[in-house]
Amino acid sequence: MPNITKHRRFVATAVAVTLGATTLAACGGSDDDGDARSGPAKLTYWTWTPGMDKVVDLWNKGPGKEQQITVTVKKQASGDTLVTKILTAHKAGKGPDLVQAEYQALPTLVSNDAVADIAKESGDAKGKFADGVWQQTTLGSDAVYAIPQDIGPMMFYYREDLFEKYGLTVPKTWDEFAATARKLKKEEPDVDLTTFSANDSGLFAGLAQQAGAKWWTTEGQKWKVGIDDAATRKVADFWGGLVKEGAIDNQPMYTPAWNKALNTGRQIAWVSAVWAPGTLTTAAPDTQGKWRMAPLPQWSDSENVTGSWGGSSTAVTTDSQHKGAAAKFAAWLNTDPEALTALAKEGGIYPAATTAQTSDAFAQPPAFFSNQTEFYTAASDIAKTTAPSAWGPNVNVAYTSFKDAFGTAAKDKSDFGAALKKMRDDTVADMKKQGFEVSE
Amino acid sequence: MSSLAVRKTAPAAGTTPGTAQGPPLRRRIALVPTLTLLLGALYCLLPVAWVVIAATKSGSELFSTFTFLPGTGFTDNLSDLNAYREGVYWQWMGNSALYAGVGALLSTAVSAISGYALAIYRFKGREAVFSVLMAGVLMPPVILAIPQYLLLAKADLADTYGAVLLPLVLSPYGVYLARIYAAAAVPADVVEAGRMDGASEWRIFTRIALPMMVPGLVTVFLFQFVAVWNNFLLPFIMLSDDEKFPITLGLYTLLEQGSNTPALYTLVITGALLAVLPLIALFLVVQRFWSLDLLSGAVKS
Repeated sequence: MPNITKHRRFVATAVAVTLGATTLAACGGSDDDGDARSGPAKLTYWTWTPGMDKVVDLWNKGPGKEQQITVTVKKQASGDTLVTKILTAHKAGKGPDLVQAEYQALPTLVSNDAVADIAKESGDAKGKFADGVWQQTTLGSDAVYAIPQDIGPMMFYYREDLFEKYGLTVPKTWDEFAATARKLKKEEPDVDLTTFSANDSGLFAGLAQQAGAKWWTTEGQKWKVGIDDAATRKVADFWGGLVKEGAIDNQPMYTPAWNKALNTGRQIAWVSAVWAPGTLTTAAPDTQGKWRMAPLPQWSDSENVTGSWGGSSTAVTTDSQHKGAAAKFAAWLNTDPEALTALAKEGGIYPAATTAQTSDAFAQPPAFFSNQTEFYTAASDIAKTTAPSAWGPNVNVAYTSFKDAFGTAAKDKSDFGAALKKMRDDTVADMKKQGFEVSE
Repeated sequence: MSSLAVRKTAPAAGTTPGTAQGPPLRRRIALVPTLTLLLGALYCLLPVAWVVIAATKSGSELFSTFTFLPGTGFTDNLSDLNAYREGVYWQWMGNSALYAGVGALLSTAVSAISGYALAIYRFKGREAVFSVLMAGVLMPPVILAIPQYLLLAKADLADTYGAVLLPLVLSPYGVYLARIYAAAAVPADVVEAGRMDGASEWRIFTRIALPMMVPGLVTVFLFQFVAVWNNFLLPFIMLSDDEKFPITLGLYTLLEQGSNTPALYTLVITGALLAVLPLIALFLVVQRFWSLDLLSGAVKS
């Protein structure tokens, strides 16, 4: 990675600065003796996961007490705003010790030197995760910038009862998906199979990832931006075509109108991820027990891959004066069976650690999917097929550009290819402005 | 028959003189302005009505029933909100009251004293100070939030109550308003008379000028209170500890809980409704101070 050299140099200075700061802290703090190795440490943790304070209590009363490492949760709002907040705090040198970060935000945090390399402290954590998941926290280098927490493998959700009523079969390929949408539209003009929504860029990124897109890669010392590569173009044209011919709806998700369409059966399927049951519970409360989950349609019969939409990790900041202690906690939180069970119960997360996906916490299907008893077994199998991802240092810019360009294109039913080009151009322009070298 | 006729005509006869004496009831209703105002009122009140009605709906009714049909979940929503993380909502409400109350009070005090000084005293650089203030009025506070954060972080004040209160103390708009009001409401003659009687400058300010400025200062206080109560960006950047969050920030964390947890819409809507009530109460209470303009006629020329 081109920014690695710059980063390494910074880490060296950061360590020097940190050491200087610890000596100072040793004079001032009474409850914090400033031991940089480990031992007595008070850590703060920015996270948005509900119920995280209860999970952290387990640490503070158990392993944390033995090692004299106390963690305090400071609950935050999720999303890109938190990344901005972390970077602002880092600028002032006042970042917390630990942060929750979505995978696609990690390169942004790394290139701003906000999160630390914890390769030495992460121990044997690597073996607990699927390679594709772990790779997102190393950014393809020898460093480890975070421990994976939860993942969002993508799946196809559909109304079992209505599929039967309209004589539809579950599409196994995207061609079948398009045929299903057309058939439904022809027979029931008022009902849509699903909608193309541009208000969550993660969905499109996941679909492109499934098709084999690599949005950010490195070539020597330069970045290569593949947002309009053949795979992504295929995905964009596929959905653009369906929207243009009116085979699917073009209204955004997560609106009251969308909720109503799902709740009343005017939209009968949703391309989503493993966390969809939670969303459906509030969006379509009257349809409990009527949905089923299936693998995402494939681009060819022989393939079996999925993308990911969502998911996050626990990272240690460069501002932390107890990086070793913080990394220990991060590893415990995301690999210890007791912690993972508590995370599933209190926070409702789908764990990245592979063994936890089939643990007792996931023996029962989500309440909303009580009819599909094998929900989590199937989910775990699908999670194994997740395609590798390739995030870059300004995913937020690409995502914003996507929302603008594709939002307009979907509304006007115009060319998605042009929107994709705009997204790519905006992203490259921003990277150049930030001083990254980009190969054309 | 005749008595009936008399009874019938009697009231008519009684009223006739009245109508004849009084001015003809021909107050013209100005149609266009009235309609415009009605439309404006509708525009402002519809969202409020939406919040009120949506707060009564349970989670399953929120998006499925007719928008303006009251639901059945209001008490459940209230108790859910009350129970959410052991009542952290009330902590946020208290924090908001602290930030808005103390912040507005401090900034009103600063505005009063500096507005008075700028209006009454003539000194070198007065216009320069005032021009800088005017520039401050034009500067949206949003732009200043990050520099203020970096400054306060240097002073080790980030993530404290002070971090939110300090930047609020000096409100350029408040000082501007106080100066304009002091210039109009505190006659130079009164200040001069005070000096003749041997009162100190401080005594003149607190005992004579301040009471005259009360209606203006109430306005400054209200403006500031509402601005702080609704403020989002400054506390968002300054605070990381959610026990110190004001209500705006707290409700935002309920909405953005990450992709695997649904947003708590019903709680946010109920919380937003409750958050408006203190503002309405404050306006009702403070309203009477606006007419407290007793001393404005102290000097007649």
